[in-house]
Amino acid sequence: RAIDEDRKTKYIAALKIQRWFRACRVRAYLRHLSKTATLIQKWWRGYLRRKNFREVVERAYFIRKLKFYNEMAVRIQKIWRGYYVRKYIHNFYALKKYLEAVSVNNELVRSELQEYAEMKENEEKMKDLEKKEKEKKYQARKMHYLLSTEQIPGIYNSPFRKSPDPMELLLRKSKPLTHRKQKIQSSFADELYDWPTCKKPPAFVTALPLLPADRQKPQGPFRDPAEVLRQRYKPLEPTLRVRESMNSPPARAREATGREEWRSPIHDNEFLPFSSYHKKAEKYEPSLCKSGKYGREAYGTKHFREVYPKKWIADK
Amino acid sequence: NSGVVCLLRPLLLDVVPSIRQTAALALGRLADYDVELAETIVKAGILPQLMCSLPEENRYYKKAAAFVLRGIAKHSPQLAQAVVQCGALEMLVICLEDFDPGVKEGASWAVGYIARHNAELSQAVVDAGTVPLLVLCIQEPEIALKRIAASTLSDISKHSPELAQTVVDAGAIAHLAQMILNPDAKLKRQVLSALSQIAKHSVDLAELVVEAEIFPVVLTCLKDSDEYVKKNGATLIREIAKHTPELSQFIVNSGGVAAVIDCIGSCKGTVRLPGIMTLGYVAAHSENLSMAVIVSKGISPLCNCLIEEHEDHIKAAAAWALGQIGRHTAEHARHVAIANVLPTLLDIFVDTRSSEDLKMKASRSLKNILQKCTYLPALEPLLHEAPHNIMKHIIGQFSKVLPHDSKARRLFVTSGGLKKVQEIKAEPGSLLQEYINTINNCYPEEIVR
Repeated sequence: RAIDEDRKTKYIAALKIQRWFRACRVRAYLRHLSKTATLIQKWWRGYLRRKNFREVVERAYFIRKLKFYNEMAVRIQKIWRGYYVRKYIHNFYALKKYLEAVSVNNELVRSELQEYAEMKENEEKMKDLEKKEKEKKYQARKMHYLLSTEQIPGIYNSPFRKSPDPMELLLRKSKPLTHRKQKIQSSFADELYDWPTCKKPPAFVTALPLLPADRQKPQGPFRDPAEVLRQRYKPLEPTLRVRESMNSPPARAREATGREEWRSPIHDNEFLPFSSYHKKAEKYEPSLCKSGKYGREAYGTKHFREVYPKKWIADK
Repeated sequence: NSGVVCLLRPLLLDVVPSIRQTAALALGRLADYDVELAETIVKAGILPQLMCSLPEENRYYKKAAAFVLRGIAKHSPQLAQAVVQCGALEMLVICLEDFDPGVKEGASWAVGYIARHNAELSQAVVDAGTVPLLVLCIQEPEIALKRIAASTLSDISKHSPELAQTVVDAGAIAHLAQMILNPDAKLKRQVLSALSQIAKHSVDLAELVVEAEIFPVVLTCLKDSDEYVKKNGATLIREIAKHTPELSQFIVNSGGVAAVIDCIGSCKGTVRLPGIMTLGYVAAHSENLSMAVIVSKGISPLCNCLIEEHEDHIKAAAAWALGQIGRHTAEHARHVAIANVLPTLLDIFVDTRSSEDLKMKASRSLKNILQKCTYLPALEPLLHEAPHNIMKHIIGQFSKVLPHDSKARRLFVTSGGLKKVQEIKAEPGSLLQEYINTINNCYPEEIVR
């Protein structure tokens, strides 16, 4: 039994060893397999990569070039846009110049307007002065009797004064005022006197110029004033042809047909109402001065038809 | 009122012409004076009788009849409508074709009063064919006739663009433009108002008016001694300037801005208002134009207006114009701030006596200017007095400028601004708190405490 157990232990030990060895072998085999698989994969992948290597490199190169160009293009665009905007769109110096020009122009305009205002003021002052002068002259004319005479000094010419008052001088210069009724100047005339075309005051008069009822009828064969006024103010009633303006459509249409006819008349010989007259006009009539047989006729210049009263029948 | 109208009525049909004329004149004076009398006259059916014999009558009768129509039509649109329905417009056209200038004047006055009320009546007036006749009237030598024809054209064209276009098609602009040179002040008033009513409707009409070469002649009107001529001239420039930047540019190039500014400086009261609005419109279009307005010394008269004027609407217009000038860039806001405008605006905004409209305009322009203003010395006094909604903008501006400028930081501390900022209470997370934090971060801790 000891041998049996011995044998068993040996058997078991041999099993162990064989087991161990087989495991080792299998492991080695597996390792080998994986190694070769790795080797195959390595070689295969390297082969593939080496096939596509060129393309990959080219692509990468291309992309790098593109990126570079893009950056450079962006730089150029950046500089250009800045330049362009600063020069043309938001041109600072042009704006400054413009604003300076505007202020210079404003100064000009302001000075011109100032001159204009001053001119207007001067005109007003001149008008006022002239009015006052006129007033004074009118007063002087009215009060002509205040002039001093040889004997009695007038009120403006006091003997204690060295020289006469200016009013005195005015009185001496002015013509005495006659008592004829003067035309009353309306106040509007002052406003409008310097506007050349408007000579009368505003036309809308609220009081109608009615003839007084007890006015004496003027002597003579005069017509009734109402009739006269009616005839004078009879409204114009032009015919239709006259009323139409030159530029209205029917007038223009007529013009167009007139032009047509002028261009292409149907009868080339016009209708001449006095054709014999025209025929006569075509005939040549020699003048009297040169139409004698041998030059000038004596009749008409040297002598005229003689008068034979004996041959007259009428008296008999 | 005691049956006068019924008594006058048979006199209108009398045989003697001077009685007819006097009766018509009396009716005209009655209608002119009182609304009820005018209504009585219309109800009594006198108008058809007045009209029926008009074509054969003499000029005095026509004048008196036109006077009656004018007196009735001036009171209200309904009376004017009644006048039109009686067929008055055809008769007025006949009067306008008459040779006597007085008759034409009366007729165009009546037409003007009819057209004044509303657009339908103006359209009826235009349909009756009065506009070419009015343009002929303008060319007549009598000044009074020119005045009235110009005012009638102005009344017709003020209602709508089509009516203005009709007036323009009749060739009115050239004649009106020539009459600006006339020395008569009342005529200039009417002519300028007519041109401005035409120009206000659309860009094309405004361009047509400008092409009639009114600049720079219009600028002399701004220096006229008559106030209303100045006002109407400024109105005309305003109506042209408000449409497009090109038109405003044209006005600036011809020196119009300087003239308008002088005009504002020399006048007082409502006469200034169109001038102020012109500056506002010109500045609103673009920043170059706004800079042109600043360069022409426009800010100081506007500031004076704000301070001196008592009327609220003029102050509101001045505030609006300042807002338009200052809202474009920091440079503009700086010019506006230097002129010491901001405290005035703030005072107006805070003042209890200002109307709602004025407050709104003042606050809006203040906000617009503040959003661009980087001129800190002008902002500091505002810091102490501003109400809460304005304070947000002021602090925002400080928070934008302070992180970058050390000298400003020092000034800010020494002038007590930082202390004021600490005193402001703001909800955490709000914009105001962010701004305050930004400001506090610029300074070291000890100073903040």
